[in-house]
Amino acid sequence: MAELTTKGLGKLLARQGILVAFVVFMIAFALANPRFIAIDNISGVIRSSAILGVMALGVTFVVIGGNLDLSVGSMMSFSTIVVLDLHDKIGPSLAIPAMFAMTLALGGFIGFLVGYLKLNSLIVTLGMLSAIHGLTLTWSGGKNMDIADKEGTWFSVFGQGSIVGIPVPILMFALLAVVLSIILGKTPFGRKVYAVGGNGTAATFSGIPRARVVFMTYLFSAFCVATAGLIQASRSLGSQNTVGQGLELEVLAAVILGGASLLGGSGTVFKTVIGVLILGFIQNGLLLMGLAFYVQYVVTWIIIILAVWLDIAAKRGRLWSPIA
Amino acid sequence: MNSQFRVNLIKQGGIWAFIVVELIFFSVAGELLAVTDKAFMDFDNMLLLLKQSAPIGIIALGMTIIMINGNIDLSVGAIFALSAIVLLDSMTWPFMAALGDWAIPLAWGFALLTGVVLGAVNGFIVWKTGVDAFIVTLGSMLGFRGLVFMYNGEQPTSHLNWTLVDFAEAQFLGLHTATWFLLVAGLLLWLLMTRTVHGRNAYAIGNNREAAVNAGIRVGPHFLWNFMLIGFLAALSAVVFYSESGSVNPNDGMLYELWAITAVVLGGTKLTGGYGSIVSTLGGVIAIQLLRKGLGHIGADTQTVNLVIGLILITVLFLDRQLNRKGKEELKT
Repeated sequence: MAELTTKGLGKLLARQGILVAFVVFMIAFALANPRFIAIDNISGVIRSSAILGVMALGVTFVVIGGNLDLSVGSMMSFSTIVVLDLHDKIGPSLAIPAMFAMTLALGGFIGFLVGYLKLNSLIVTLGMLSAIHGLTLTWSGGKNMDIADKEGTWFSVFGQGSIVGIPVPILMFALLAVVLSIILGKTPFGRKVYAVGGNGTAATFSGIPRARVVFMTYLFSAFCVATAGLIQASRSLGSQNTVGQGLELEVLAAVILGGASLLGGSGTVFKTVIGVLILGFIQNGLLLMGLAFYVQYVVTWIIIILAVWLDIAAKRGRLWSPIA
Repeated sequence: MNSQFRVNLIKQGGIWAFIVVELIFFSVAGELLAVTDKAFMDFDNMLLLLKQSAPIGIIALGMTIIMINGNIDLSVGAIFALSAIVLLDSMTWPFMAALGDWAIPLAWGFALLTGVVLGAVNGFIVWKTGVDAFIVTLGSMLGFRGLVFMYNGEQPTSHLNWTLVDFAEAQFLGLHTATWFLLVAGLLLWLLMTRTVHGRNAYAIGNNREAAVNAGIRVGPHFLWNFMLIGFLAALSAVVFYSESGSVNPNDGMLYELWAITAVVLGGTKLTGGYGSIVSTLGGVIAIQLLRKGLGHIGADTQTVNLVIGLILITVLFLDRQLNRKGKEELKT
């Protein structure tokens, strides 16, 4: 009987481990400091995770499709700089669609290279990380970008506004998460993404247009990046050229923490949201405990390794690797 | 057979041909645009170029072996920074001060040991847990960076030792100290990869892991050794660089992993493992540095360097695939 319970517990941990860990963390932090579960603290954490979160939603599509996207950080810098620059030149109502169009074009280019030309996604997006950074610097001339009239623009609503008491970034994050979750989980397109990532050759033989599906995942990623850039630009109304630098790997960490396999074919939008929130709440909880911000790096490291390790250990049925 | 030979020649000679093209292009363009009176192929300029290639170059050498294995290491930038801090900080420890100049080799030893230990942590996790190296080192990239910050907060760590600076700035037979380190490390690793069992096993494992296991190669310890090796090289790169500069910021070394990978891929090493060469990686490193200097020479903005390198990387990937495809088609017939 006792054996059965431990087995059941092991199964639960294996299947919903990340959720269990999340709950354990929340309880531990809440016991350590009651302020942790105050509404305004929780809302603050989600709000500051929104940018990372929105980007992670798009990358989830790419990763489930069996590819990587390392260019999202530098692409986010690009969107932010472009929308801030165009804001003063053509006004916010034109700047936003123009920025989305340009970011989607970049995403489409990557999608073309990875999907149709079948180039290795890691190197393509690594190259694009560098290329888009150069593009951003060329656009801005290397200078910081600022909106001239910071008080009189309605543009700040995306990053600073709130509707019925809920901050707009949270609303956008939640809305996007729900929509993308439905697309991935309930539509034929979503099933094709899983099929292509799970076994590309089999997907091709069953008539799924693999190239087009991969291409689409990068468009989704670019759309999310543009949204994140919009929130970022609107929140600070000014930006450096390197605002998104290094975010690509944090985004990937959140997606992996959520349980998506880098081999493709597994993961969900909901799990990614959990991954993002875990990163956000750990950071916040450690800060509230009075620890310096960089302690979270070490904690995140340990959690990522443990999460992925336990996940594959459960799948192969033994803890230690069979590598000789 | 003959065309297969030609394909191989193009693949291995490609990076050197590219370097020659770069040299000619920047020399001619520099003359025509007349931005500066100095010739691009100035001897001192080339020596400096080799010296500046050294920090990324030494790391890229290690990355080549890791990638031939079919693994990847994203944590080298953080290892670089932590080793640099240990190097500079250890020279201020009380018992070290009493040793005089003998503190220098000891400080180097501490820094290199740091690199080896951090590499061993990565290798051990890859071996024992079976988690993909990409994820393991992505995690430790964050974790090691956290350790860097924990060591000295957000303050820069500085210590100038003039004997050390003199050594780092010295020139022997015309080449700078850093260049010598790059060349000697390159030579030793080339010997390792082409003349030893370890090197042959590295290719075998990268090519087909299952088969390598069946052939009796102990893959786990092999990975461990290679991660220790790249940790050592990242630390060596830090030792060479910070002996001269004497001050390290906690953010130093960020994105070095990406530059190193770019150089390795330009050199033609396969991400999927089993194929690549140390010499070609040296070519890749020099090509990138040449591009940076060359674009500056013809008066292009420094920002265009990123754009050009990114596009070249993608082009190389595309051409490489076309070449491979051709090779395969001819094998079929």
